[in-house]
Amino acid sequence: MYAQMVKTEADRVKTLAEMDECERVFQERVDRGVKIEPKDWMPDGYRKTLIRQISQHAHSEIVGQLPEGNWISRAPTLQRKVILLAKVQDEAGHGLYLYGAAETLGVSRDELTAQLLSGRAKYSSIFNYPTLSWADMGAIGWLVDGAAIMNQVPLQRCSYGPYARAMIKVCKEESFHQRQGFDIMMSLCRGSAAQKAMAQDALDRWWAPSLMMFGPPDEHSVHSAQSKAWKIKINGNDELRHKFVDQTVPQAKLLGLEIPDPDLRWNEARGSYDIGQIDWEEFFQVVGGNGPCNRERLAARNKAHEDGAWFRDGLMAHADKTKARQQSQGEAA
Amino acid sequence: MSNWPLWEIFIRGEHGLAHRHVGSLHAVDAGQALMNARDVYTRRHEGLSIWVVKAGDITASAPGDKDALFEPANDKVYRHPSFYDIPDDAGAM
Repeated sequence: MYAQMVKTEADRVKTLAEMDECERVFQERVDRGVKIEPKDWMPDGYRKTLIRQISQHAHSEIVGQLPEGNWISRAPTLQRKVILLAKVQDEAGHGLYLYGAAETLGVSRDELTAQLLSGRAKYSSIFNYPTLSWADMGAIGWLVDGAAIMNQVPLQRCSYGPYARAMIKVCKEESFHQRQGFDIMMSLCRGSAAQKAMAQDALDRWWAPSLMMFGPPDEHSVHSAQSKAWKIKINGNDELRHKFVDQTVPQAKLLGLEIPDPDLRWNEARGSYDIGQIDWEEFFQVVGGNGPCNRERLAARNKAHEDGAWFRDGLMAHADKTKARQQSQGEAA
Repeated sequence: MSNWPLWEIFIRGEHGLAHRHVGSLHAVDAGQALMNARDVYTRRHEGLSIWVVKAGDITASAPGDKDALFEPANDKVYRHPSFYDIPDDAGAM
């Protein structure tokens, strides 16, 4: 997902009886569905895990602008171009909502930025794949944003107030992202044979990485169990992955495209599709910094940050000067 | 971005409700906070008016004072119209 394999520092989930008074009151509030707000007492692990999860999510939105930014100047029509610009601008906005939510937990924006730029912080594996053709803009909107929505809709009910509220704003805007992607795919699939082949090629390349977005199976993970007890993770990884597959396979049929998985089969008993093996070794390589574009993405973020330094400094210097001038005028009067 | 102050953003929509807190952002001064709030929080006609307030200038009640502040309202059911049993014959009231 946009936040993958978030560690909780728990070695197992405590029972209510094992908790101290503060922890128990906290857990009972979470269990009752009462939102936790920034000034409320919270366990150290909850705070640290949320900072990790929300900032990973924010970094993903920011780095997620890069693969699509690649095609803004080469969009096939002016309308497609303004739509793509609006989408990429939304991603920046989503990153800001999320950084804002993370900051309420006591971490500074500068610290979060530094973690991303130095490579210490993770972001979603999906953004380390290249965007080779215009059809990739369609596949990303349809599949990547579709997968993100699967995860973000339940997070609107998560226990931390500022995160839940940020998710509500994100979800309102995200549905446009998925629909514009599907719209691109529809245009290509109704076009020439070459255009349809381009759409199929994009699906072939983005399908497996999209399934990996949900993270490895986590039904036995302590971190996952702890995050669920804290209600900052609502569903299991496989659960969401299957929901995504079940939703997406009929859409591929509608487009006349073939899902690149020879083992994909409808399982009548489960009422759900079975899928083939996912190459988790590839996933761990990408998460570990060795995906096709990891270095390029970090280099682009660092360059943007450094190139903008003079402008940020200038804005601050101007604001300080204006304030000083107003103060001296106030004293003179 | 070092030392850029944090601003809390309030937006009033077009349907007459009060300004509502929508989130926060960093900006060097109030003017830039307004411009950034326009871009971050009103890309889809969410508002017709923006307030920006320096986060440090807000005084907030503490979670620990919750009972002292809000508990007294709990036993004053007579403040709600449904407390009073009025016969239907009395008409609109």
